Amino acid sequence: MEVNKTCFHPVSALDYIPRTELEQLQFARLRRIVQRAWDKVELFRSRMEERHVTPDDIQSVSDVAKLPFTLKSDLRDTYPFGLFASPMQDIVRLHASSGTTGKPIVVPYTQKDLDVWSSVLVRAFAACGLHEGDVVQNAYGYGLFTGGLGAHYGAERLGATVIPISGGNTERQLMVMSDFGVTAITCTPTYFLHLIDRAQNMGIDLRKLPLRAGVFGAEPWTESMRQRIEQEAGIKAYDVYGLSEIIGPGVAVECTHQNGLHVFEDHFYPEIIDPETGNVLPDGEEGELVLTTLSKEAMPMLRYRTRDITSLSTEPCPCGRTIRRMRRITRRSDDMMIIRGVNVFPSQIESVLLSIENTLPHYQIILTRHRGLDQIEVQVEVTADMFGDTVGALQSLQDKLADAIERVLLIRVQVTLVEPRTIPRSEGKARRIIDRRSL
Amino acid sequence: MRITQISIFAENKPGHVTAPFRLLADAQINIRALSLADSKYFGILRMIVSDSKKAAELLKEAGFLVKVTEVVAIQVPDVPGGMAGVMDALNGTSINIEYMYAYPFKAGEKAMLIFRFDDPDAAVRKFQEAGITVVGQEEL
Repeated sequence: MEVNKTCFHPVSALDYIPRTELEQLQFARLRRIVQRAWDKVELFRSRMEERHVTPDDIQSVSDVAKLPFTLKSDLRDTYPFGLFASPMQDIVRLHASSGTTGKPIVVPYTQKDLDVWSSVLVRAFAACGLHEGDVVQNAYGYGLFTGGLGAHYGAERLGATVIPISGGNTERQLMVMSDFGVTAITCTPTYFLHLIDRAQNMGIDLRKLPLRAGVFGAEPWTESMRQRIEQEAGIKAYDVYGLSEIIGPGVAVECTHQNGLHVFEDHFYPEIIDPETGNVLPDGEEGELVLTTLSKEAMPMLRYRTRDITSLSTEPCPCGRTIRRMRRITRRSDDMMIIRGVNVFPSQIESVLLSIENTLPHYQIILTRHRGLDQIEVQVEVTADMFGDTVGALQSLQDKLADAIERVLLIRVQVTLVEPRTIPRSEGKARRIIDRRSL
Repeated sequence: MRITQISIFAENKPGHVTAPFRLLADAQINIRALSLADSKYFGILRMIVSDSKKAAELLKEAGFLVKVTEVVAIQVPDVPGGMAGVMDALNGTSINIEYMYAYPFKAGEKAMLIFRFDDPDAAVRKFQEAGITVVGQEEL
């Protein structure tokens, strides 16, 4: 098997180690991290005791399944520092999640944790074909959010030139992109679509710039979104996955073959479970991703339930990496809307909108309840391409969209065409669903 | 013989067509003819203005969704039966009217009819054969 030399970087050697060696390493690290969690974190110890499990019960990697799950609510309930396994003098940085659903989640790092984080991001960027000499425009938000500083140090360590522009200020982003010889960008996929839109408005053709790759993450996105980004910006669009509870971005990433995300499983041990029963599912089956950190000092995480739906593949990848791949995440188990008894994911609606020619993915889903019956309205911004001057043309577009969505969801939705730029633009994560149902 | 028309997409909400008119007024652009087509959720505002190019640019800059289209304008006597005569000219053809609107012209002596046809060239020929005055941009 040929190893793609341009992807190779000394730090990424572990990406290619034989699986038996990898499993030995995972086992050794798992033993150590479980012991640490038991010794230092009250919640982990009491949960293990409830299940009559001690660190000595970990005799193989698969014994991870004996450990209790950790939920997002556990992090909230122990806010702010309840799950810390290191004293504050060893903690060199604190990040926090956005806290849109209540108290934020505080994420501590020791110096070693930061080193691991940078090392996985170096491997991630290298997998996307980035290398020394690249000019990286880092448009993830800097601050408490892990995206900005995480990508920053990773790209710096890779040997790239980093432009720490942070999120927002779209026109300046485009000026920098045009003038600074930017070759790669890091941001959320939604924000990049916004940049494409604004560039078109400003008469900037992104395809003519040196920009050749984007490493996009922090929210689920779809294959059709990738196609649109790649076509309209003339770049390769890669998916990077991570979550602050585990480390931030850099848990998994696509290689240049863009067929699933390689999980850096020497640091983050993945399992797929049935979200209903909690049972571990074999590789290849779809379920909820559960992650155990294998080297995190400041806040080890045992079997964290991510709510992200995916599957794991052991099929060898043409890039030569031996670490497993997970299918790109397009939905979360808690993103699911139940409408008239039907499970609906926003990503399904998005895929349909994107598959209809000339439709830009600026949309919003509004849920209401009328006389006890759930109604979905999908608001879609009309674009110059869609606007054909006759009422009939617009009505048939509405019908076409509603029909296409109905074929996927099996329920009828109201498609409403709205004026350009009336749906709030996200500089960060997209807010796609407005739920006005009083449940 | 075509004239330029500007169409704007507008949501069917109160106040949504005020802004374009204010914009044209401030730019000293005169509106010669106007129609507002509506459906349940959206409307299309169509206008013939004194300076289409400038109007379209201004409206686009302000963020409106603007479509510039070519329509056919004819002049008929403002008397009973004027419209029936026009329709007679198109009878027996397969020309389809997508939409039309009318406005008085030259202080009530004449009426101006604006048409969008699926086959404007054929329609213009039919009108000319029937002796109906097709109006050019400069005559507006």
